[in-house]
Order: sequence, then structure tokens, then C-alpha cells
Amino acid sequence: MAVEIPERGLKMRYAETGFNLEIDLSRGNIERVATDPELTKLHLGGLGTNARILWDRVPPDADPFSPENLLIFGTGLLCGTPAPGANRTIVSTFSPQTQLMAFSMMGGFWAPELKYAGYDKVIIRGKSPDLIYLWIHNDKVEIRDASHLQGKGALETAELIRQELNEPKAQVAAIGLAGENRVYFASIEQGRSSASRQGLGAVMGDKGLKAIAVRGTKDVNIARPAEFMDLCNDVLKYIQFREKNPIPGVIPILAVLGSPQEMAIHDEAWHTQNFMWGNSRDRRKDFWNEEVEKKWTETMESMRTRLISCYNCPLKCGATISVPGRPTYMMKCFSKLTYTMAAYSDLDFGFRIAQRATEYGVDGYSTPQVMAFALELYEAGILTDQDMPGMPSDTEGRFYWLLDKIVRREGIGDVLANGTYWAARQIGKGAEAYAHNNIKKHEQLPLKLSMLNPVYFLMYATGEKINITQIEGQYPQGPFPTMEEREAFVKDWFQVPDDRFKQYFLDWEPRGERANPYYPTVEMSCEIVDWQERMHYIDDALGVCAGLSSFHMKPPYHMHNFPALISAGAGIEMDESGLTQAARRNRTLVRAINIRRGMRRADEKPPEDHWKKRFPELEAELLDAYYKFKGWDNQGIPTKGCLHELGLDYVSEDFLQRGILTNDKGAPANEKPA
Amino acid sequence: MAENKKRIIKTIKIDVDKCNGCRACEVICSAFHAAPKYSGNNPERSRIRVIRDPLRDIYVPVYAGEYTAAECMGRDKYTIDGKEYDECGFCRASCPSRGLFKEPDSGLPLKCDMCEDDPPQEKPLCVQWCLNDALTYEEREEEAEEEVKLDEMETGLESLASKYGLQKVRDAVARMSMKD
Repeated sequence: MAVEIPERGLKMRYAETGFNLEIDLSRGNIERVATDPELTKLHLGGLGTNARILWDRVPPDADPFSPENLLIFGTGLLCGTPAPGANRTIVSTFSPQTQLMAFSMMGGFWAPELKYAGYDKVIIRGKSPDLIYLWIHNDKVEIRDASHLQGKGALETAELIRQELNEPKAQVAAIGLAGENRVYFASIEQGRSSASRQGLGAVMGDKGLKAIAVRGTKDVNIARPAEFMDLCNDVLKYIQFREKNPIPGVIPILAVLGSPQEMAIHDEAWHTQNFMWGNSRDRRKDFWNEEVEKKWTETMESMRTRLISCYNCPLKCGATISVPGRPTYMMKCFSKLTYTMAAYSDLDFGFRIAQRATEYGVDGYSTPQVMAFALELYEAGILTDQDMPGMPSDTEGRFYWLLDKIVRREGIGDVLANGTYWAARQIGKGAEAYAHNNIKKHEQLPLKLSMLNPVYFLMYATGEKINITQIEGQYPQGPFPTMEEREAFVKDWFQVPDDRFKQYFLDWEPRGERANPYYPTVEMSCEIVDWQERMHYIDDALGVCAGLSSFHMKPPYHMHNFPALISAGAGIEMDESGLTQAARRNRTLVRAINIRRGMRRADEKPPEDHWKKRFPELEAELLDAYYKFKGWDNQGIPTKGCLHELGLDYVSEDFLQRGILTNDKGAPANEKPA
Repeated sequence: MAENKKRIIKTIKIDVDKCNGCRACEVICSAFHAAPKYSGNNPERSRIRVIRDPLRDIYVPVYAGEYTAAECMGRDKYTIDGKEYDECGFCRASCPSRGLFKEPDSGLPLKCDMCEDDPPQEKPLCVQWCLNDALTYEEREEEAEEEVKLDEMETGLESLASKYGLQKVRDAVARMSMKD
């Protein structure tokens, strides 16, 4: 099926194309729909407009695996413009694992290509009876048979599609076997990038959609060209400055820009000795030594072919990895070590199993933990040989065995494929205690620390992006030891939205009265968290990579140049308060969507064992204060006043109707706990 | 007689080992050549394209060269250090054999102008935007013989030679001489 619709009589749009593709897979219907420019002004794009569509169109009780659930591939507002690093695809749907809104993202080349094809989003609804893929080539859009791609790897699928279309320049986002079999932590893979968290691949598989291939040859327009280019050139200049001036006194991955430079570095002392091994269990403080470093360096040097980038970004956060005897694949970030550490193995094993995992299309954070969790249950006698028939005796062999069972949903794999939270409940016999590293039913980074950090407590508790790296960044993770170092750090810290943040940092001490957990104070913690989160929400609306922005303390994109970039690029008048308001609107709308699905305060807690030293009273105080700061009530529900201020009256009307808010001042109605 | 004259040779040096495949060169080229300048961008209009195939580790930035009305009689395919490059993978021509270097709307050929249009840039912009130094720029002076100007008859002969081949023209002139 193909449609061609000419455009006429529509107003010129800048940075965005002004069109979405609406695809109903149940009926095989394809429509090209002009979007409302007012929505761009309110929500900017990307995550913001994705959230608006999910709020408007998916009933709050919709099962993630139902035809009425939408799967949205949204580009950020600045994707496809010359803004460096604006290349993120924001994929949004409802997660089978958390049952909440999922909005994982991927870099790479897909989002700009979609813009050049003339669309801002692809919105998928319904379910195809047979496995299909989409081919979007400018105005020509086709639903094509994918039965021959069934069971094929994600990268393999992309290659086969490019070959059969004879379109080497097509960008392909695809699922592997895990997505087809609705594994709750299945990813969507796209060359060197993936949208991995929250099971987006499972929803794609449920819809019978194997891949979306895109090729575009149209223009993306800029509202005020000269001004916009000056801003882009400033960004590039600052990237070069930062390359020559790493931040002293912080761990290597925070000292330089980009997604953590895991593919470039050999020194893994920090990760291997501070992050936990196995099922987020053991810290191995003496692991790293010369011998390990030599061996791992050799592995890396022999398998890494090239450091590579996403579209229009000079940072090289990814790498092509060629493991002898296996197809080449691409890797980025911390997935380098997740399999290695979960299996107590080495880098050679990590690279080998990651190749298979990438083709299967699974999340590199959750998957190793699920497998380590299964082996813990086995060692504890909760899972027995009857559950694991034919499992090899060595740990590495067991990991391969488990991975295959999970992505095929065979035997115990069918249970494990639901992630540790649900699997533990299905298995019972005390298995729940082993699913210890979840927030909102989703596996977290394997990190266990000593002293509660109030800022991190709030970010872990209230984050709806599920991953700490998607919230943290702008403010240092810990205090610097000496005043001299702190003063040096704040000297050129112009990215802060307000100078008071510099003072908070100057006064923050490693020990004593002005130290964690009581300093930063509750009020300061609220402001710091709000700022960090705001920057991520701005990135996610604009499609700018956090590696050049919100993940870093001194990034080239910040609160002071974003408004001008939006104004000059998209022609939307914007200043800092307007941008803050738009980010708040998007953040509140995401919260509203999850509140409507039943999320409440009880869900907002970091893993019990995340810190050894916990402070229940302080934590309650932090949460109370933060909710209030955000304009939410003590269940975390946005109040009528807050919603009104953000132009979200339609949300409070809905909340009133459902009894989530009551009519007097929008105070909470009788809440049943989530 | 031709006299010696100096001319400036402009070279973009391409180090494929340094290419990170980001295509910033395509972005800035198409933006710079948009009308009005920077009013939009579209890699398909770029006069530099990165021929890339990540899984085979192929990254070749290629500049748009001359337009050619006809494709070559055959094609070439290089293998370097065990890597097999694309057919005509290093060729700069805007050629009927492929879609490269053609305006997406009109199909008119594109050609790199080293960003010499108004205002002339210090370095081509693709070089400026390549922070990984896969593209670097070099200018040098070279002695050049001034071209001998053709008179009208020679111009005519040259076009005949280009149309029919020099040998045919030569044969025709020879036959005509014999008749005299």
C-alpha cells in the first residue's frame, strides 16, 4: 500500500516539518497529517508532543499489548537542523514492564532521516496480523511483508532491508527475536544506537512491526539562518574548548563531553571497583590490577575497529566491534561492562555475548541482571535443575543458555523474559528478595553506596525516565575535597541557571555539618533536582543528546543558549522563563499520564539497599518538599493550581472526573494505593 | 608562446582513518549552499557525501566533481587492506550511473566550489566542521603554463573531436586532403 499526498496551502514551518505519519496496522491505513503549530509552542516537540498524543489518545487503562496502545517514534524539534548532536529519536509508548509511560531514546541517524523524509513523528496504532516492516521514502510510504525477516537479528534485518530495497542510505530501526517474542526488556536497535529501556521493542513486536526503514531527501528549514548558525558555531567552539580542558577532580567519564567514553578508555578501575558484580551484589575493591588492564586492553585493541559517532556530532561515543568469528556490531557506553560484571567474567566474554544480545535486541542494563538473578535463584535452590534442563555448568555458558531461553521465551526463559520484578512474583518461594535492584518494577544500574545523597534520593525516587543517567548531570555528584578546587570549578561555570547553585557547591563538604545527607539542604536539593531534570526534559523535546548537554556539568548546550536556538531555529519566540515553563509543562504532563495509570508516592522509592545509611524521616521530608516545590500534592499528583498555571486544565478536568482530584481546590480524593 | 604563471592549488586532504562517520560535512555544506544561505539543510544537496558502511568499516568522504553525461565504459572496485570498497567508491563525478551529487528536485548536477562564493570562506566549511580532522585543507602555489587560447577554427575542430572522436576527425581531414 502506498500513498502520495501533495502539500499545499500550509504555512511554512521551521526546524520541524509540520507533518506526522499516522499508521494503523490493524487496517493497513497510512495517513500524512498536518500538525498544530500551537502544540509545538506548548510542548516544543519530541517527548513533549509524544506525551501530549499519549494523553489525548490512549485510554489510561490500555494494556501495553493492545491495539489501542500507540508506539510513537518522535524526532526532537532540532533534529535535522545543523545543531550539533541533535539527532535523538524519542520512542514513546506504554511499558509492559512498568505499566507506565515509556520514553526511551536513541541517537544515531534515524531521526534526521525522518525529518528529511518530511515527517516529525511516526505514530503506530493497531496490530498487524502478520509480521511487516515500514518503508518510508519521502512521500511514498509502504507497509511491506516481513515474514522472511522473522527471527532475524536486529542489525541483520537492517542490512537485509537495505539490500532488498537497494537503498544503502536508508536508516533502519529494527527489533530482534526478543522484540518479536515480547520480552519485557526488548530493545529497538538502530545501527550504533538503541532505545533499550522499558521494553519498547516488545510493544513493537506486539504490533507485528519488525522494522521501520526511512530515506529522505527534503529540506529542513531554519527561521533565522545567520543567527542560528552563529549559535551552532559557538557550540562547536565550546566542544573544542572542553576537549582541551577536561574538568579536573572528577571521574574520567564526567571530565570530558559525550556519552561516557567507554569505547575509548582502557582504565576501568572506577567502574569495576565501584559498581556491583553479579546480580548487583558484590563490590570488588581490589579487582583492577596491571594484569587485568593488560588483558582487557588487548581485547579492546584487537576487537575495536573504529570509534564512531551519531549524526552531526564530533564526539565518538560508540565503536565498531569485530569479535573473531562473529558478525560485526556496534557498541556504546556501559554495556561494555554489564555482561562482563554480571557474569564475573572478562571483557572478551562481554564483547562476545553483547554481539548476540544486540542481534536479539535486548537492553544491556536489564538483561545481564535478569540472568544473574536467575543464577542466584538457582544457587539458592529456588530454581532447580528441573527449571533449568540442560543448562551448562560454567557461568559463561549459563549466560548464553539463559539469553537464548529468554529471547525465545522457552521454559524458565518465559518467566525471566518479564524482568526480575514480575519473574520473582511468578516464581515465588522467596524469589522477591532477589529482585532487589528495581525502581518502578524496572532494573537499575548496579550501584550500591554508603551514605544517602539527598539529591540522588530525589532523582531516583521521582524519576520517570527510569534511568539515573537520564536525570543526573548538571550538578556534581559529590563535593570536591578542598575550597581551592571548588573555587576553580565554579569560576567558569556559566551554565548554571542562577549563581546561587555555585554557592551551594562551594559550601558542600565531604564531611561535617555541610555534608550528605543534610547538605545540600532539603530546599537546595529540590532546586538542584529540578534544574537537572529540567535540562533533560529540554533535551528530550529538542532531540539534543544529553552527552552534549544535560548529562554534563559544563556542557555546550545550557539554559542560556537553548532559548536563542529555539527562537532562531524554529521561529518560536522563547526566553529562559518560557523554556522553563515548557519543560515544566512536559514534565508535569508525563507525570499526569502516569498518575492516571495509578502511579503514586508508594512507587517512588529507590531500592532498599541502594544506600547502607538511610534516613526515613529525612527522606519523607525530601519527598514532601519536592512534591510541593513541583506543585504536586503529597501523593505526587499535580494540583489543580499547578495544572492551570501550565495550561493543562484539561488534565485537572480529567482528574476531577476520575476522582483523582476532588473539586475543592483540587485536593486528592480517596486514593487507593498503587 | 605560453608564459609561466603562478596559480593556487586548493586541496582537501581526506584521512579516512579519522572519519567518525558523523556527516557534519554534509550538514554544513548543504546549509551553506542553501538559498538564502543557511536557510535550510538537506544532505542530499551536499557537495560532499560520506560513503559509509559501518559494518564493513567503510567511511569515504567524496567531493562532487565534474558532471559527466555518459558513464564510464566499465566500473572500478578497489580492495585496500582487505576491505572491498563500493563500486566507483572514490569517484567524484555526477554521473548517470548513480544518484550521487544531483539536486534532489531538478536532478541538476552538484559540484564542490570549495566554498568560494560570496563571502569566500577561509577554509571550506566541511573542513571547519570536521573536528576529527578527517578533512584538512591545504593551499599551495604551483607554476602553471598559461593556457594557449584556441582560435575559432580550433574550437570548432575540438568540438567535432569531442563529438566524433579525434581519430574520425583526423581521418576526415586526411580524406579531404587527398581529394585536393
